Amino acid sequence: MRENILPNGLSRCNWCLIANVVLAVALLAGCATPAALAPAAAAPAPAPVVVFAAASLTEAFNEIGAAFTAETGTPVTFNFAGSQQLRAQLEQGAAADVLASANKKEMTAAVASGLIVPGAEQIFARNRLVVIFPRANPGGVVTLADLAKPGLKLVLADKSAPVGQYSLDMLDKMGADPAFGADFKERVLENVVSYEQNVKAVVSKAQLGEADAGVAYATDVTRDAREKVSALDVPDAFNQIVAYPIAALAKSENAGAAAKFVAFVRADAGQAILARHGFLSAGAK
Amino acid sequence: MAAIGDIVNAQTGRARVRRGDGSPPRARPGTGIPSWATLALSVPLLLLIGLPILAIFFRTPPQALVESLGTPQARAALELSLRTTAISTLLAIALGTPVGLLLARQDLRFGRALDTFIELPILIPPSVAGIALLMAFGRSGVFAGPLNAAGITLPFTPAAVILAQIFVAAPFYVKAAALGFSAIDGEAREAAEIDGANPWQLFQHILVPLAWPALLSGAATTWARALGEFGATIIFAGNFPGRTQTMPLAIYLGFEMNMDVALALSVVLIALAFLSLLVVKVLLRRDFAANGKSPD
Repeated sequence: MRENILPNGLSRCNWCLIANVVLAVALLAGCATPAALAPAAAAPAPAPVVVFAAASLTEAFNEIGAAFTAETGTPVTFNFAGSQQLRAQLEQGAAADVLASANKKEMTAAVASGLIVPGAEQIFARNRLVVIFPRANPGGVVTLADLAKPGLKLVLADKSAPVGQYSLDMLDKMGADPAFGADFKERVLENVVSYEQNVKAVVSKAQLGEADAGVAYATDVTRDAREKVSALDVPDAFNQIVAYPIAALAKSENAGAAAKFVAFVRADAGQAILARHGFLSAGAK
Repeated sequence: MAAIGDIVNAQTGRARVRRGDGSPPRARPGTGIPSWATLALSVPLLLLIGLPILAIFFRTPPQALVESLGTPQARAALELSLRTTAISTLLAIALGTPVGLLLARQDLRFGRALDTFIELPILIPPSVAGIALLMAFGRSGVFAGPLNAAGITLPFTPAAVILAQIFVAAPFYVKAAALGFSAIDGEAREAAEIDGANPWQLFQHILVPLAWPALLSGAATTWARALGEFGATIIFAGNFPGRTQTMPLAIYLGFEMNMDVALALSVVLIALAFLSLLVVKVLLRRDFAANGKSPD
């Protein structure tokens, strides 16, 4: 029998030994870091603000984070995901200082589970829905009515993600308009090939050319994305008021910096960055 | 990997038994390190693995389990998972057996390279596998031309789920088959050849009957891995209930939507993984016992 048939020629006991060494080193490293390193550093860097933010805020918040650190010296660590995922992670005990959600629903749920002090949340930006499609336009999407074209490969976000629910609400409104017809929503949903976990996954399926169309936020059609996808505007009558609330978390261990970050997002500097990324101001309709 | 380790153990164990026959008694079994020490040092890892699994059962009372599994979402995911993994496991056997036979040859020129190649999918992150599958078989992938010409679209279909499962899980079967075939005694094969058996008869009446415990346990491992496949599936096949939303995908989305369904499906997946491990263990023990007793 050839020797190399074993994954890498090690016996089981060798594996045990390696595993034990790895564990021991990991435990030692874990114990050693705070005690040994903290006093050694002359001017300890301030603890980072941990921000849980909706996936659609990725580009804008990365820039805001850099600007915030440049101004205050406090580093920012981001966790971008679907707002529903962020809320679930926080409920399961994830440690964070700030939550920025893409809808009021998850923020209200976070308040209800005691993660946020009632009244602390503030709307800091708004957004709009757009229909996106690959620039090659394999599905021939010209008007919104084309979403119901038989055989179109449509990708939506799952309704657990804010944008997924907004997309369904948009289809409801369109169905109520005689121009589209009462069965419009039903016909569009027949075209759905996948319900993605967040808005960025919808955009990437369109960018890859796998989907003929998708529903995303206007801000997701970034300069990079525009090389591969085009967008179709959704008129006000059907569009959704996508409001982004932000709040410091009640159990934040870095409350001062968390409050500062929230203020920074709402101040001129933060608002200018958001506007540059296509977000509408909090007061806009 | 468990199955491979077991097969290897069964083989080395067999070798030891052979050496033991008629030769002086072997040294006391073990590593020479006191067992109380290894036991104490083993506790952290055993807890790390055991506690989360126990916690899932703790959080899922039987009543809730039955209720959650009855929901349409859970039933659709369960059915789709069982259907796709049955097909992908059968395909892995059909397509993997020749590769296993090839790897079992001692005189293969590029044996080591082929062996490494077939192990790659085991170590590649599943998300990378998903992107690779899209780049190859996606609508604008490398093979988009011929696929489109043939009218085949793979992404977002159950076929994509099956492809992803075969990609990540088939190597487990191939490795097990190669080990099983290479462990077959040369004499049995030569005797059959002298009797004029053709290659198909040799395969049917000698190779498969002698290697079947390894083949079956390899298939069980492949099935279990296919059942747990997540990353490649969500990227290559997307997520659509009843079409491409397998159990792991339903758990991932259920985590935010319906925790009870996620927990119930988790219990099912743990039970099925345990079952397939049990099959592997029982088969290999039997194989070991049969081979150990037979006169060499």
